[in-house]
Amino acid sequence: MPSSALRPETWIKATPAGLYCEPGDFHIDPLVPVPRALITHGHGDHARPGNERVLATPGTIAIMRLRYAELAGGSLQPLDYGETITSGDVTVRLVPAGHVLGSAQVVLDYHGTRAVVSGDYKRRPDPTCEPFEPCNCDLFITEATFGLPVFRHPPDRIEIDKLLHSLSLFRERCHVVGVYALGKCQRVLALLRRAGYDEPVYLHGALIGLTELYENLGVSLGPVLPWTDAPREALKGRIVLAPPAATTDRWSRRLPDPLVAIASGWMRVRQRAKARGVELPLVISDHADWDELTATIDEVAAEEVWVTHGREEALVYYATRKGYRARSLALTGFEEDE
Amino acid sequence: MNRFAALLDALLFTPSRNGKLRLMQEYFATAADPERGWALAALTGELVFDAAKPNQVRALAAARVDPELLGWSYDFVGDLAETVSLIWPEAPGGEGHVPTLPEIVERLKGASRAEVARLIEPWLDALDATGRWALLKLVTGELRIGVSARLAKSALAEWGGVAIDRIEEIWHGLPPPYQPLFDWLEGRRPPPEIGDLPTFCPLMLAQPLDDAEIADLHPRDYLAEWKWDGIRVQLVSRGGEKRLYSRSGDEIGAAFPDICAVMAPDVTLDGELLVIRNGEVASFNHLQQRLNRKTPVAKLLRDLPAGVRLYDMLREGPEDLRGLSFAERRRRLEAWYARAPRPALDLSPLVPFTSWEELADLRDGARERGIEGLMLKRADSLYVAGRPKGPWFKWKRGALTLDTVLMYAQRGHGKRSSFYSDYTFGAWRGDELVPVGKAYSGFTDEELRRLDLWVRNNTVKRWGPVREVRAQIVLEVAFDSVHRSTRHRSGVAMRFPRIHRIRWDKPVREADTVEALEKLLT
Repeated sequence: MPSSALRPETWIKATPAGLYCEPGDFHIDPLVPVPRALITHGHGDHARPGNERVLATPGTIAIMRLRYAELAGGSLQPLDYGETITSGDVTVRLVPAGHVLGSAQVVLDYHGTRAVVSGDYKRRPDPTCEPFEPCNCDLFITEATFGLPVFRHPPDRIEIDKLLHSLSLFRERCHVVGVYALGKCQRVLALLRRAGYDEPVYLHGALIGLTELYENLGVSLGPVLPWTDAPREALKGRIVLAPPAATTDRWSRRLPDPLVAIASGWMRVRQRAKARGVELPLVISDHADWDELTATIDEVAAEEVWVTHGREEALVYYATRKGYRARSLALTGFEEDE
Repeated sequence: MNRFAALLDALLFTPSRNGKLRLMQEYFATAADPERGWALAALTGELVFDAAKPNQVRALAAARVDPELLGWSYDFVGDLAETVSLIWPEAPGGEGHVPTLPEIVERLKGASRAEVARLIEPWLDALDATGRWALLKLVTGELRIGVSARLAKSALAEWGGVAIDRIEEIWHGLPPPYQPLFDWLEGRRPPPEIGDLPTFCPLMLAQPLDDAEIADLHPRDYLAEWKWDGIRVQLVSRGGEKRLYSRSGDEIGAAFPDICAVMAPDVTLDGELLVIRNGEVASFNHLQQRLNRKTPVAKLLRDLPAGVRLYDMLREGPEDLRGLSFAERRRRLEAWYARAPRPALDLSPLVPFTSWEELADLRDGARERGIEGLMLKRADSLYVAGRPKGPWFKWKRGALTLDTVLMYAQRGHGKRSSFYSDYTFGAWRGDELVPVGKAYSGFTDEELRRLDLWVRNNTVKRWGPVREVRAQIVLEVAFDSVHRSTRHRSGVAMRFPRIHRIRWDKPVREADTVEALEKLLT
């Protein structure tokens, strides 16, 4: 960044409503309805309903339409990956974040300086979405959901094999896997298919709409059925995907001897998994782990790093030690769960 | 090692007994020798090293990662071995030779505490996160994966298609990695001969007796003894060696040098381990303090002297007495004791009676400490391992009960993971409810469904997995005794609390007070 360049805090601000780009006059993932919102991806804590005008990738817009129908926003403007649009003196570009289908980083160019807002992101390959694309920048605004060095996600294949092994050992038990409806569900399906599992997978009602949407957008996930289509006995030895909270709640009583698995980066910590009553923790995450968070900071070569949400203190500490100007924005309103 | 680590990991997360058995059986069926033998030793607590101190483990990690980040991570994870296993930096593409369990055991055997730390460092580099976790659990002492030695032996017995007591009988005569045992269970060799060794005799256990069932029994057929509130032990001395076994066949002699010192040669005795001071039995709480110490200090031995109240004799010299009747074994025990009385060992007296009514009065009148009720043993009963129905009964004194108020509920595990089945209940102290205990059992499935629904509809606050509920339900709780406890806010703790009745009808103001509970202190 040239010394004459603007300090980023003069044009990007952390406000109670979320990140705000002043010269462009728009918020990014606002917490409350705003006139102009740029949405990084479709998860409920980033894409909220009721904004007047929304700019997002076509994938994210499709997801918002499905979730919120007419409340998705007054006008919904799609912007393809790599295309640019200008707002005031700010040029906006969306590039893949690798988090879920449609997820984007926001690249903002203003008077010769560049800021990148990562949104939620991950670095490892995911067959259901475009891979993360690192962009050099002056300011990198990053998430830190798994911002502690104990979080190092193992290869997906190991975790999927754990599930398949359990299925072969406990054939009389229904394997119910807790997954987020958007992203995790479809990724687990795709990973199962890659591992050669071609049996039908049963879905909790809350997962069906988004899974159909993925299929419609060209992501092939193999045979899936609503769990209600099968008689109770037929679910023995089968995989049922459900929202995490449902796996240990009353809904699960309708399954034959359910064995509860949860697919989440948090499953890395045993006590956390045990406290949730999980029998088969699967460390499958849609967020960057510690190694990926730190490597990405180095890769984008920003001078300044802001950390939005998660375990910010450790990542800020790390970045500071490495010579970056780093600070925590401690944005609220983002969920711990994934 | 990674294979064994995966087994430990799966066992930790599997709540059901059957699930654990299946995991262990699959492992025994597929792991190679001698790895599975060493694994069996680890599962049964027979694999003991000069344990590494947590500080050494922490220091190893602090040399590899930033101490500040290590500190935050430890705060988040809460368990040192797990933190270190997760945070350990992984060399790209893995580094070095992944150690096998037998290699690890071989190198750690006889290593001093300082050497242990040096040995494990390259292993931590080579193993994956689960492997590191298992290794650190092994070298720091306890696995804590919810598998008892007996459960591991049950898995082995079921897998090998033999009764568990056949394994228990020879268990203490075989050193790990138990090759002759696996050879026998896989049909390659006859059962191992263990010779003249002080091995455990699988115990004969009693059935609980309901007051209603007793009418069908004849008082003449039975001998009665007090049921002592201690733990069942077996004293074995044979071939010049002495062992003190717990009811599950674990060797606990190191914790009770006072008992080992007075054990007589060449006998196997069955009795109750108690803390006995000046001829009087101390509370179970005192015994618990002794049990908590793997090697007691002199002061503890002096303040809480252990004793064994003997009630059966299984071997005398070379003779196996288990084929004799109980009456005959009792005569042999009394004769032996008359010839060779030992300090700290005494005989559990027979309780004479002529009718069940008389015996019931004796039972209910005996409020002194250390007596839980009565044991009834058929005079003609042979000593048979397991819990046969008929020959032996335990006839417990009626439980104590207290009306308490349901305060918090938490979801259970396994089959109960969708039910609020763990209940914390309180008693009044003035206008305030103070938690006095926690119970998970005593209700029917139907009652559980009703309570679960009630908890969901009457939650006032959530504390993570715990729900605080409206103070509206009186739970009549049954328990065996009450003792002082510094761990509970109320200052008292119940032994074996269970839900006796759910008093949907009773107003909470009429529930009992902490004071009422304190009056029941023993």
